[in-house]
Amino acid sequence: MMTIFLIFWPLVIALGIFAFKPANAKLVAFVSALVELAVCLFMFVGFDSRNATAWNYQIPWVPSLGINFSVGMDGISFLLVLLTTGLMPFIILSSFKTPNQKPADFYALMLLMQMALVGVFTALDGFLFYVFWEMALIPIYFICLIWGDENRAPVTFKFFVYTLAGSLFMLMALLYLYYQTPGAHTFDIQALYKAGRALSSAQQGVIFWGLFLAFAIKMPVFPFHTWQPDTYTVAPMEGTMLLSGIMLKMGFYGLIRWLLPVVPLGVHEWALTAVVLSVIGIVYASIIAINQKDFKRLIAYASIAHVGLISAGVLTSSKIGLQGALIQMLSHGILAFALFYICEIISTRASTRTISSLGGIRVGAPILTTVFVVVILGTVALPFTSGFVGEFLLLNALFQYNYILGALGGLTIILGAVYMLHAFQYMMLGKHSPQASRVSDLTRHEKIVLYPIVILIFMIGIYPDPLLQISEVAVADLLEGFSNFSAKVK
Amino acid sequence: MNALLIVCGLGFISLLSEIFNLKKGLHVVVVLGLIGAALTFVGDLNVTTRYFSNMLIFDRFSVVFSSLIITVAAAWFCIARSYFVGDTHQTDRTALVAFTVVGGIMMVSFHNMAILFLGIEILSIALYVLAGSNKESFFSNEAAFKYFIMGSFATGFLLMGIALVYGSTGSFDIAVISNHVASNRAALPGFFYVGLFLLLIGISFKISVVPFHFWAPDVYAGSPTLITAFMSTVVKIAAVGAFYKIFAQCFLSVQASVSGTIMVIIILTLLVANITAVYQSNVKRMLAYSSVAQVGYILLGLISDSAMFEGPLFYYLASYAATSLIAFAILERVESTKGTSTLDAFAGLYSKNPFAAFCMSIALLSLAGIPPFAGFFAKYSVLSIAIGANHLEMVVIAIITSLIGVYYYFKPVMAMFTPNASVEVVFNTGEKFIIGLLTLLVILMGLLPDKLISILG
Repeated sequence: MMTIFLIFWPLVIALGIFAFKPANAKLVAFVSALVELAVCLFMFVGFDSRNATAWNYQIPWVPSLGINFSVGMDGISFLLVLLTTGLMPFIILSSFKTPNQKPADFYALMLLMQMALVGVFTALDGFLFYVFWEMALIPIYFICLIWGDENRAPVTFKFFVYTLAGSLFMLMALLYLYYQTPGAHTFDIQALYKAGRALSSAQQGVIFWGLFLAFAIKMPVFPFHTWQPDTYTVAPMEGTMLLSGIMLKMGFYGLIRWLLPVVPLGVHEWALTAVVLSVIGIVYASIIAINQKDFKRLIAYASIAHVGLISAGVLTSSKIGLQGALIQMLSHGILAFALFYICEIISTRASTRTISSLGGIRVGAPILTTVFVVVILGTVALPFTSGFVGEFLLLNALFQYNYILGALGGLTIILGAVYMLHAFQYMMLGKHSPQASRVSDLTRHEKIVLYPIVILIFMIGIYPDPLLQISEVAVADLLEGFSNFSAKVK
Repeated sequence: MNALLIVCGLGFISLLSEIFNLKKGLHVVVVLGLIGAALTFVGDLNVTTRYFSNMLIFDRFSVVFSSLIITVAAAWFCIARSYFVGDTHQTDRTALVAFTVVGGIMMVSFHNMAILFLGIEILSIALYVLAGSNKESFFSNEAAFKYFIMGSFATGFLLMGIALVYGSTGSFDIAVISNHVASNRAALPGFFYVGLFLLLIGISFKISVVPFHFWAPDVYAGSPTLITAFMSTVVKIAAVGAFYKIFAQCFLSVQASVSGTIMVIIILTLLVANITAVYQSNVKRMLAYSSVAQVGYILLGLISDSAMFEGPLFYYLASYAATSLIAFAILERVESTKGTSTLDAFAGLYSKNPFAAFCMSIALLSLAGIPPFAGFFAKYSVLSIAIGANHLEMVVIAIITSLIGVYYYFKPVMAMFTPNASVEVVFNTGEKFIIGLLTLLVILMGLLPDKLISILG
């Protein structure tokens, strides 16, 4: 029942928010996000990774077609739900100072988004997963369309069509699996696993690509990334945070839950290709990021690079790869949020995001600079920051998988340091520019948002163990089914 | 049957009310009358009643489809108040619409080719007049004329087809024809198949699939917008229902001989209608092409597995009708406020009338097949059945064309949410209620499809 609450509480508030005065909408949204987080933390305390079915819940939804409303959380799901519910209050809080014509609509869409995201991470029925997956697209599309920057209509539309196209392939793949289930067909996840594993290697390959395409577009993995930089750039700050902080994790979650265990032979056959694509993405996006003049765009490309490493790690289907990916998802969510927030703070005050026209912000804003340093160090994966743990595990997994790819993937650390530190140096240090002199230091409100983030960055970096423990059993279970099968085939 | 008589009666009442000058309450009477007619079906769901020596049979299929037609017509009347009230021709228009509904009911409950023909003609002749009911407009006249010429042409094919089928099977009765065809498949004369194809062509005109769709965009765009809404909902349900009865029930045993042709029709319909719709800057015309395209998806489900598709067909038509009504109701108001129905007319609707923008967006998202709205589940059931029947190549085409569909359905959405200032678009409380109700219905049908989808089959 807790799972049900986590999914539908945001929906209830999203509908109820119109009963309040528009001016109070943000408060209502914030409080509701806090309540959701509190419930989630309460569950965190009582989480028993060995008894993961405790939060399962199932009722028939469309019985005539074998569709159930079936949700549940094991360690993997739980970490992502934690990320969603944990980041949401921060995103809402960070938006408090932005002038907004229609606050009720805005926060209703944000909460709908939260509902869909939690739904995606908890669904245990193929059809339900698809519906939540698509539902997440609608609010974010409207957030970007209504509150975005100039030229947003075509850009956000490209984003919409791109991701929709991917997910239609996923739908076809799921439907195909559905028809492979015995008897009266069903979308139940275990039945789909069984059906998928019974397929021949060639069939599994086709299913692999159908599913992978949807996930790869969402993350996005090279060469399906072309929608991403533009969308991140024109989207409003909150939209970008949602997109990069949480939404792209849907892609990894899809890989872990709905791809690896479904078609192990397909993964066996095609993982190398997919890993190579991911690694190309790492190097390619890093090089482009180095040349970016717009800071928001730079973060967007940096995100592609980081995402590439995570997806490569997942596709190695090894325990450390998956564990690293999960921890890195959390870390990336937090860091992306902080980066985009700082970017927004600087750009609204200086009315520019162009790196070269900024310089010497440090003089007027020492606290901002310090926070920024921490976030940057987290992003370039310095030890004792959150970025290090995940990146270390991921690179380790990648090395064991294939040392050449591991070496290439390792470039992310070097190149990441190049573009991040380069941008930092220009914007914060360097010669004092007139635009930069307008950047005053953090306000109290901004400190309230950013200080906890800084603490989290160090906490995860120094003591990641509780988080790793949550997912450990679930990952082991997942891989067990997987490797048993692979062994049988060999 | 009682429903049929009530709706007939409503037609006569509205004609008489002209003479007795009772126009004032007529609109309300008709809406209530239609609701009453729909209510007469309650309890008849599992009863099969036969009339006029089996010429008209109300079985589960007919009852469900007739109720849908009548309900949609009642909802349409609520939205279309401005088309009737205050107009000098209120009574004629009301009567004509009532008679179309009569024709529609006959088309989904016929058990005899003669009744099918009568139904189609009753429906069509009234529609020809309605299409031209905006007498001042050149386009409306053009629409009526075009519709009449093409419609009569199609009727010719239909009649010829019925005659040839009669010649080879010796009966007008659906059950007799069906049995005869099933038991004498090898011995059927060649002209039976000619008749079958003529029937296919005739009805294809009525459901406006490519390449028999040429009249549709012009007629849809030229007619008064509310009549277009009526054509793409009530009339479409009746025509598709008739198509199903003929090709999925009566001629099921020889369906294989036309299925190749129908496949070609589906591919053409999906491609041509969707691609042409992309190039429309007029939203009304775009919705016309979209309405053609939707039939392509319906036929895909129908040809894949007729028996399985019975429930989804009903669901598809019901969801399409609800969404269409929303879209056309808002389009009509925008059009009459701005004087044009181009995309620009929608610019800035969100900032001036968020309610209308919200409902229109839901309708368009549903038409585009985005979950969790009804249109998604409708399309999903088609794709699911088609994959189940191993029509993978058709599914790929359907998916690509529905992506193209997303492209044009989103054009008005993007326009509505641009910040351009625009003229106020006003709805009164009653209209708001109906549109809001329909929107809610579209969402609820998408979330809880089970009851509707399993009502048949």
